Amino acid sequence: MAIKPLAVTACTVTNALGRGMAASLTALRNEESGLRPCDFEDADLPTWIGRVAGVEEEPLTGEFTAFDCRNNRLARLALEQDGFSTAVRQARDRYGAERIGVFVGTSTSGIGATEQAYRNRDLATGCLPATFDYQHTHNLFSAADLTRRWLGLNGVALAISTACSSSAKAFASAFRHISAGFCDAAVVGGVDSLCLTTLYGFNALGLASTQVCRPWDRERDGLSIGEAAGFALLEWAEPGDGCIRLLGYGESSDAYHMTAAHPEGAGAALAMEQALARAGLPPEHVDYINLHGTATPLNDAAEDKAMLRVFGTGAPCSSTKGWTGHTLGAAGIVEALLVGLCLEQGFIPGMLNTRHRDPNLGAGVVLHNREQTLRIAMSNSFGFGGTNCSLLFGREEG
Amino acid sequence: MSVLHLEAIGLMAPGLVGWERSRAVLAGEQPYQTAPLPATLAMLLPANERRRTTATVKLALQVAQEAMDGMKAQWQTRRDCMPPTVLASSGGDSEVLNKICMALTEPDRAVSPTQFHHSVHNTPAGYWAIATGCTLSSLSLSAYDGSFAAGLREAAALASTEATRVLLIAYDLPLPFPLAERRTIVAPFAVALLLNPAPINERLALLRIKPGCSGTADRLESAELEQLRAGNPAARSLPLLCAIARRRAGPIALDTGDDAILGMEITP
Repeated sequence: MAIKPLAVTACTVTNALGRGMAASLTALRNEESGLRPCDFEDADLPTWIGRVAGVEEEPLTGEFTAFDCRNNRLARLALEQDGFSTAVRQARDRYGAERIGVFVGTSTSGIGATEQAYRNRDLATGCLPATFDYQHTHNLFSAADLTRRWLGLNGVALAISTACSSSAKAFASAFRHISAGFCDAAVVGGVDSLCLTTLYGFNALGLASTQVCRPWDRERDGLSIGEAAGFALLEWAEPGDGCIRLLGYGESSDAYHMTAAHPEGAGAALAMEQALARAGLPPEHVDYINLHGTATPLNDAAEDKAMLRVFGTGAPCSSTKGWTGHTLGAAGIVEALLVGLCLEQGFIPGMLNTRHRDPNLGAGVVLHNREQTLRIAMSNSFGFGGTNCSLLFGREEG
Repeated sequence: MSVLHLEAIGLMAPGLVGWERSRAVLAGEQPYQTAPLPATLAMLLPANERRRTTATVKLALQVAQEAMDGMKAQWQTRRDCMPPTVLASSGGDSEVLNKICMALTEPDRAVSPTQFHHSVHNTPAGYWAIATGCTLSSLSLSAYDGSFAAGLREAAALASTEATRVLLIAYDLPLPFPLAERRTIVAPFAVALLLNPAPINERLALLRIKPGCSGTADRLESAELEQLRAGNPAARSLPLLCAIARRRAGPIALDTGDDAILGMEITP
């Protein structure tokens, strides 16, 4: 039996395409990438990144000074777009501040603050500078903590950190908390920002492309790291609300390897199948699938196998990472919200930068934007440690 | 109200080596005496992996293994009997993060691929899935000092919504210098709870988890145990563990930081 759907009653995203949902929609429509050659801090790396412009100039101040770091600045920037904070305040008046949960996915949180503190250690003692605040910057909970304080909420709050599936799983966790009665509504989100740890880490693994990432391309050679923050307000769907609905979610573990995806995509397929089962829908009802599609040779190959197992060759699918880069722990919410735009606007985004489809991959990838009425769409997010999450969204029926 | 039947516990901290051996101390029948952790933990990992992996992974997997020990004969042959997992830890593997941040201070910024692999918060979850073959969902979370309570709430929500047993694993370890100066965790502590939403024949306790976050948190009588409770986010489970050890019935209020609590009723 299908789960009771949740409605996305407000949402916002800030990424390399700009601030707010409209910036993402315009760039998607115009097939304009947000990626640029790496110009983050003093990182000297031959790679492309999806940096959000202006984060450097907008510190957190006043009562939020302790939270000031790139990750939390990005969170705050996003919270103030699209009327999101106002929508949550109105919901708070309806439900009460204790009854709206906060579920924020992040992979590296504000580790950038720790990187800087280490570089500024006292040479004699090795101690970190007195200004460094671990709890409110680096700790994984800090963005969730900032979010609830910024929005004036004091109920359930947690950070979900499962690498690149983090903010997709935030939807699943929020659904469970609401279903179990721990809250009545939820702010779900994801925030991950550029830092030296991920830039140098992915380069050390040989997984960062020297060009813009090209998912499903026969010459794909890695990912482009991006940064983003996105949030959605989830409430039980009401007839006539006109909102995008969360129809299903699926989660699985590869139980295969810490960093390599299962070669047959078994865990990915399991997550997609579970999402369909929770929605009570057969695969042929899905009009579009937003792939995880990082553009690393092995990840795309594994996801392709999973797609073939669940959907066959026919289902239209694409990865939007050529626009935003791989925003890691924020990828789940970013792509969920892009899927929402596609459902509302009736189009399928292509795969920016992908020129020659890999002949060894069989999924029905769409290379160029196309107009098409969509009713139901899926978003895939998979991460290190073999963690998989698929979300299924739909427009209101009728 | 979420109802959970507690099937098994795994526990590891200085002087609290396994649930059965710690019961008398937690019940107040024996004094708490700190002692170094056993040299060998997480024997379910193959020897080569155990050598490669970190103290954090070993501590988390040790308590998971203990909580599932009663099922060992089954899970070694029938992988489908393993439950989904929830892992709760304030800061994850700070040893790994420390090494990465140190490497980034060097001119070549050579981050070790192995360290980077292990830097994600869900590394113990990944090792557990690989060791047990369990392909079900796993959620790794943090809520700073409220991490155990957030984990228990997530486990309760998962158990009731998806009608499944859940293995909750909470762990935190002292941070290395220089991070230790900005985040005090006094000793390593890990606990695992195997929770079932359906009644079972032999239970350790029945937990009725309440919604709501306001109230006054429980403290412990023993000064030594109270110091541990306040000094490690995973050890904020101690009021619950002590009540179970005493086979006490009544309300429990776990400290989640920020003057908030997770409330529950427990019955032996």
